[in-house]
Amino acid sequence: MFKKPVSASGKTKIKSSVQRNIRQKICEQFPLLAPNIDDVLPKKAQLDLIKAPDKISLYALDNQVLFFQHHDDAIMPHLKVVHKYPQCFPTVQVDRGAIRFILGGAQLMCPGLTSPGAKLPPAEENIPEGTVVVINAEGKENACMVGVLKMSSEDIKRLNKGNGVENCHYLGDGLWKMEEA
Amino acid sequence: MSEAESSAAGAAAGEAAAAAAVAPVTARETVYCGVCSLPPEYCEFGSTVKKCMDWLEKNNPSLHQKLYSSEALESKMGTMTLEAQQKAEKDLAKKQQKEELRQEREAAKKKASLVYIKRVERTKRKFVTVVAGIELFDLSVKTVAKDFGKKFACGSSVTKSAAGTEEITVQGDLSEEIWDELTEKYGIDEDNIKQIDESKKKSAS
Repeated sequence: MFKKPVSASGKTKIKSSVQRNIRQKICEQFPLLAPNIDDVLPKKAQLDLIKAPDKISLYALDNQVLFFQHHDDAIMPHLKVVHKYPQCFPTVQVDRGAIRFILGGAQLMCPGLTSPGAKLPPAEENIPEGTVVVINAEGKENACMVGVLKMSSEDIKRLNKGNGVENCHYLGDGLWKMEEA
Repeated sequence: MSEAESSAAGAAAGEAAAAAAVAPVTARETVYCGVCSLPPEYCEFGSTVKKCMDWLEKNNPSLHQKLYSSEALESKMGTMTLEAQQKAEKDLAKKQQKEELRQEREAAKKKASLVYIKRVERTKRKFVTVVAGIELFDLSVKTVAKDFGKKFACGSSVTKSAAGTEEITVQGDLSEEIWDELTEKYGIDEDNIKQIDESKKKSAS
């Protein structure tokens, strides 16, 4: 999504009613984050909407992008938020070999998720297709990517072939670097 | 530390139904590398590893010890096949070389680039000073313009030149002051600054 540098066009304030909706959506999507929502997104805070190309909207607080969303799809957290609250998001882990491809912006293939260094949740905690997941890396403390599951975690184990997770936001991409500017 | 976290995460998942009742966890602070902006553990995949290492050693020695000690380096290679390792190393070396070359080119370009301070006549005895080319020195035109306005207590704005580049227009003849300011505050080498006086040319026409 953010392979190229993001050229933001304009920042607008979000209506408080819309902001409430966003808050609620985030809580629904990430139930684990719900107890922390007041820290991430204080009730009284004024969110800003930054529009990026290709119908991507960024939600920012104090010039810090917290969440982003493509059109009307699922809301996804910025990696800085993930680093602050790592245990609040569904997580999978990839092996070491895959890291450099992720940081280059590649899609995540199944074998990288099933090899010995990787970790998928057990069968009883199956993550369904289309869920926003955080991708951790073998031997690393911090997450390196945010993506959407292309198939459920059980299917990844079963098929072990093809595109497993869509790469939406990774360390060092346009969105990550945008904050530096 | 990671163990404690994963167990906490597991507990939280178990109580997902009662998630609202779970006490909020405190935010974790993460250090970010000052060179490549990634968390330091990912520096090794970037193209500025050497610089990142130096930075970390200076700013966060304990973490540097943890990440770059020989034990850590050994354990890292554990699960990868030899072939993949070699391939990765080769790739990385190539990337680093490219990055180095790029930096060299940029430095050379910077050395060659000039900042122009122009004194332009407005009416008979009134001047504006135009500063062009500072964006080549990684300075934001907008903020510098604002700083000039504050420092010299005068009007200072960003204008588009005929060529389409942005320059700073400062009201009043401040060439000397701006010269000093650029060299002292912004660290631009004196050889890279050029003063031009356009007043005579204009009056002649």
